[in-house]
Amino acid sequence: MSRQLGFILRRLLLTIPMLFVMSVVVFLIIRLVPGDPVRTMLGFRATDANVAELRHRLGLDQSLLDQYLGWAGALLRGDLGKDIVSHAPLAQLLAQRLPVTFELTGLSMLLAVLVGVPLGVRAATGGRWVKRLTEAFVIFGISVPDFWLGIMLVLIFAGTLVILPPSGYVPFATDPVGNLRYMVLPVLTLATGEAAYILRTTRGAVGSVMNRPFITFLRAKGIGTRRIIFGHALRNAGPSIVTVIGIQVGVLLGGAIIIETMFALPGVGRLVVTGINQRNYPTVQVGILAIATIFIVVSLITDLIVAWLDPRVADGGGT
Amino acid sequence: MTSTANPPAKSLEVGAPRRAPSRFILLGSLILAFLALVAIAAPLIAPHDPESVDVHRVLGAPDLQHPFGSDVLGRDVASRIIYGLRASLLVSVSAVLASLILAVPLGLLAGYFGRWVDSTISRTLDLILVFPAMLLAVTFIAILGPGSVIAALAIAVIYLPILARVMRTSTLIVARNDYVAGSRARGASHLRVLVTHVAPNAFGPVIVQASVLSAFALQLEAGLSFLGLGTQPPTPSLGGMLADGREVLIQAPWVEIFPGLVIVIAVLGFTFLGEGLRRIFDPRGVGE
Repeated sequence: MSRQLGFILRRLLLTIPMLFVMSVVVFLIIRLVPGDPVRTMLGFRATDANVAELRHRLGLDQSLLDQYLGWAGALLRGDLGKDIVSHAPLAQLLAQRLPVTFELTGLSMLLAVLVGVPLGVRAATGGRWVKRLTEAFVIFGISVPDFWLGIMLVLIFAGTLVILPPSGYVPFATDPVGNLRYMVLPVLTLATGEAAYILRTTRGAVGSVMNRPFITFLRAKGIGTRRIIFGHALRNAGPSIVTVIGIQVGVLLGGAIIIETMFALPGVGRLVVTGINQRNYPTVQVGILAIATIFIVVSLITDLIVAWLDPRVADGGGT
Repeated sequence: MTSTANPPAKSLEVGAPRRAPSRFILLGSLILAFLALVAIAAPLIAPHDPESVDVHRVLGAPDLQHPFGSDVLGRDVASRIIYGLRASLLVSVSAVLASLILAVPLGLLAGYFGRWVDSTISRTLDLILVFPAMLLAVTFIAILGPGSVIAALAIAVIYLPILARVMRTSTLIVARNDYVAGSRARGASHLRVLVTHVAPNAFGPVIVQASVLSAFALQLEAGLSFLGLGTQPPTPSLGGMLADGREVLIQAPWVEIFPGLVIVIAVLGFTFLGEGLRRIFDPRGVGE
């Protein structure tokens, strides 16, 4: 148990340098812009006084170290700065946008797991036709870009069948049914590719466990296939599946950048894309910071779950 | 001369139906050769000028003159796809090549010399792997501004750690062979050993990985252009075409269906080629 605790502590400590490096990268975004970022942000009609004012407000007239310390200190106090287009506080903007991104990625991952894991188990243990069909699904899911799949889904469900809205958003608190109706197509779009990856991993992990001697032994003891799969094979395949789910959260967050833009969902991803097009650097920084932080936290949780499922990981070994 | 006992072939697709590698390679190469030919011969085979606007043909349905119809500005969709394919392939393939050029020497050095050389190279590259690919690409573009060259550069940086890691693992395995030690014992320099013995034998898995990554690069490029962050208009790109047609999807689905289908076919080409090559050059699954 103490080894487990040691692992948890070490893993928690590792998060600190990750967050630090990420914060430096995000901090540098605005400083690495070729030319004068303040001029780029304000456009060429801005007066010198405007430029000087914004430069001072963003702290760009100080030394790089002072700038970083000031910026990171403000972040830790919850002061994320202001959007330079709407002048709204970014903390408030983020608070409005994050729930949308959480809902989109959370529901997509849930659907992908609910489809991918059972199909993966079936693919590893089923007959020839099951294997062929699941393989076709994997190739489809991996090869079809999510944004094109989204367009085709809109064409079918909003264009031809007219049973779902093509794009838009209402908050869940205002209209739960309407909210879910808007979420169906984006979630289906994001979940399909993810389900394919999870299916492939589950198939591989369960398949290799099924070849191990202890499974043959369980079979010889007369234990039923169902119990072997769910009681033993899946339990042993768990760590690999959870690891891939953790990695895929990153892919989902990246995909959300496209899908939110496509379905006009007011999430963090869309905030970043609009920010880039408007040269609204403080907003871009905060958006990227939020997405990267979510990913780092999810990686941490994933590693802890894997260590709990397979205590050998905490000993430095593991599957 | 090479390693004596190869471990049993380990397919990454455990439990998947097994097919001969040659069929995958054949299918993948045929698709890619066809698409490459179309992209290279674009000026010769495109039926119309991809950028010429025709007010009488706005959202025209497919017919004999315009097999894939025309778009919001009356431009011929087929011609735009042919040129767009050119841009998309150019960006994704050159990105992966640029990544390879850096990754191969880095991976070789890390795997061959080990110790601090390895830890310096590996730890530095690991920093890139911490972030999701799309987020990295967007961050890169946030700094340097949108455009196809920047998009290619971003994709190259994203895949650098993946390719370097595969090259490193592969080098580690090859460097353990007796013929490498033998060559050193006969007085060959490190450079000579690396170039004549290690590199040629360690190259297989990284080529496989490069083919697989090209499929992802193509999707990433299309995604970035779709967001308006990759190839810039008026230059046609497959992702950009999908973005342009979004508003008229229901009235004129051909504007969206055909460019997307071409992306899917190209991605399938790289995926098949990569899978076929994997079964020949990377039976140990180093690239996984």
